[in-house]
Amino acid sequence: MNAEVRSIRTAAETALSEIFASAFAGLPGDSAVAERRRTAFDAFKAAGLPSRRVEDWKYTDLRALMRDAKPIAGAPDGVMIAAARGALAPYAAIDATRVTFVNGRFVEELSDLATAEGVSVTLLKDALVNGAGVEALSDGVSPAGNVAVALNAAFVADGVVVSVAPGVTASRPIHVANVQAGSEHAAYGRVVARVGEGGNVLLIESHIGDAGAHQTNSVIMLDVADGARAELVKIQDESLDTLHLATLAVRLGAKAELKTFALAAGARAARQQIYVSFTGDGSTAEIRGAGFAGASRHLDTTLVVDHDAVGCSSREHFKTALDGEARSVFQGKIVVKPGAQKTDGKMMAQALLLSEGAEADAKPELEIFADDVVCGHGATVGALDDELLFYLKSRGIPQKEAEALMVQAFVGEVIETIEHEGLREVVTDRALAWLTART
Amino acid sequence: MLSIKNLHASIEDKPILRGLDLEVKPGEVHAIMGPNGSGKSTLSYVLAGKDDYEVTEGSATLDGQDLFALAADERAAAGLFLAFQYPLEIPGVATMTFLKAAVNAQRRARGEGDLPTPQFMKLVREKADGLGISTDMLKRGLNVGFSGGEKKRNEILQMALLEPKLCVLDETDSGLDIDALKVVSEGVNALRAQNRAFVVITHYQRLLDHITPDVVHVMAKGRIVRTGGPELAHELEARGYADYVGEAAA
Ligand SMILES: Nc1ncnc2c1ncn2[C@@H]1O[C@H](COP(=O)(O)OP(=O)(O)OP(=O)(O)O)[C@@H](O)[C@H]1O
Ligand SMILES: [Mg+2]
Repeated sequence: MNAEVRSIRTAAETALSEIFASAFAGLPGDSAVAERRRTAFDAFKAAGLPSRRVEDWKYTDLRALMRDAKPIAGAPDGVMIAAARGALAPYAAIDATRVTFVNGRFVEELSDLATAEGVSVTLLKDALVNGAGVEALSDGVSPAGNVAVALNAAFVADGVVVSVAPGVTASRPIHVANVQAGSEHAAYGRVVARVGEGGNVLLIESHIGDAGAHQTNSVIMLDVADGARAELVKIQDESLDTLHLATLAVRLGAKAELKTFALAAGARAARQQIYVSFTGDGSTAEIRGAGFAGASRHLDTTLVVDHDAVGCSSREHFKTALDGEARSVFQGKIVVKPGAQKTDGKMMAQALLLSEGAEADAKPELEIFADDVVCGHGATVGALDDELLFYLKSRGIPQKEAEALMVQAFVGEVIETIEHEGLREVVTDRALAWLTART
Repeated sequence: MLSIKNLHASIEDKPILRGLDLEVKPGEVHAIMGPNGSGKSTLSYVLAGKDDYEVTEGSATLDGQDLFALAADERAAAGLFLAFQYPLEIPGVATMTFLKAAVNAQRRARGEGDLPTPQFMKLVREKADGLGISTDMLKRGLNVGFSGGEKKRNEILQMALLEPKLCVLDETDSGLDIDALKVVSEGVNALRAQNRAFVVITHYQRLLDHITPDVVHVMAKGRIVRTGGPELAHELEARGYADYVGEAAA
């Protein structure tokens, strides 16, 4: 890590220290968990909020994006819960085990914890006090010292622990819904999921925000055992004033399968970190995402896929449409460790600029230490094709609508890979809503 | 219906149309023939509103409405249709989705509501069947994986659905086999009407055997250089354009 020694703290750093000091005693967890939180916060304090001088945050200057630290949210009131109920409406048709958090607090009346045989869904706050807490706060996959992950470990008060027994295919998806309601606050969430050998599950994580200026930080730890399969669909639809930091850390065993899709539709600034580690032979991962941003919003996708086993394949495909003065960042790295022969990795990042002021930065990288591998990466940044737009307009379709059709086609390629029909519809509708709002 | 007066247009400061006049009355079919590069496609693009071209002089009106004052989509809504010489492929936009967007956009421009989906589907099926366009093709990306002839038939399908006032067909016959030529010609003839006119750009008499023109024009170097009846096309077929292109004649 890039350890910068700084004596001057930013207002946000000072506030975070104060908030941690006053919240610490009330955070759930046994003494080991308390120790883990302290270590995590100390690591953050030593490094501070990363500025663009820290390589990993070069394009997403967190110190500049996070001018202050919001207070940790209190328990939601009736009005907030009613608002959350409304915000969850798009998901009503999706039959799922549902765990809903409003402002980071579990809300039973908006949840449905019923699970099928062999699937267990419990609250993280219970795990934090029953001896499983330290493990739940240590993913072992994300890079040591990552500030978003450290802050989450220090502050997270609740979340979900999912366990799918070996050989069990969860008959309902598990939906973790995070809703922010209120004017401004910080909320932390964590999902710790393990799919036992030969198990299979669909996880949905959604983030929905009202108009408030929130700071959200979520971590998903996913452990997919040998022969197991996990699909994860994340829908980020925070308020347009929110700073959203999210981390997905996945460990894949042998002959395991991961399929994940992340939609970035909201937030003032969002950073989605995805770390996938292949630890067993013959596994596959499909990692995709789509994003939309207008105004001066900022979307960051940071991805490291670590091939540390033989014969694994990974496909990474991210598409972003940008309007106004929006900016997207894609930092993706495929690492092939020594001995990870027969690795097959392909990464592609594509950005579509719909305005003069939009900007996309892509930094795809390959780090290969084995000789018998097939790896490739690519990145494209471009505008819509005027010839195609003219063809559409010549049929009477107005400019903005023609653009919308083409943007839909552009992101459709990745959205269509979502297997769950209802979920695919939610994502498609969200894309359409964004496109309609442009016209 | 269509009235073009002294039209001059250039692309990248290169004059292509140089004083073109054309009058088309309702119900008429006009054929425009002319050597390669004489500006036929340019004329069709300038009428349809492609941005690349600059109109430097002259006017074009459709039923008295100044075409150059309208954006491309507004010209389409005003009743202008161009069947492209090279229809474009748009992966990811299903042909059906595109057709629906076009039909409804034009309805909205006329202040009508969207066509209910079942009604729209029925209409498309009806017209597509007549042109030999399968349901599978309608589900595919627009023109993606369509053969040359299928793309041309798809243009005629769009024309049939949009029911324009003025149809400009740019070499719709090129790339068609004999049977497809017949299907396409029948499609066009079915649309011939009192209040609809056609400008058919072609190199070959064989299309005009199926779609009988009222007037035939010869275009060379960006102008209409001769106008006559259907017999003019036969004459061109026999003698080529030598009389019209001066020393450059082959
Ligand atoms: N984008 C462009 N830039 C420069 N010149 C162009 C461009 N498009 C067309 N031209 C030129 O304009 C002239 C007329 O072209 P146009 O396509 O209108 O001819 P046409 O009569 O349709 O020919 P054809 O019978 O081969 O279809 C040609 O000399 C062509 O090279
Ligand atoms: Mg041409």
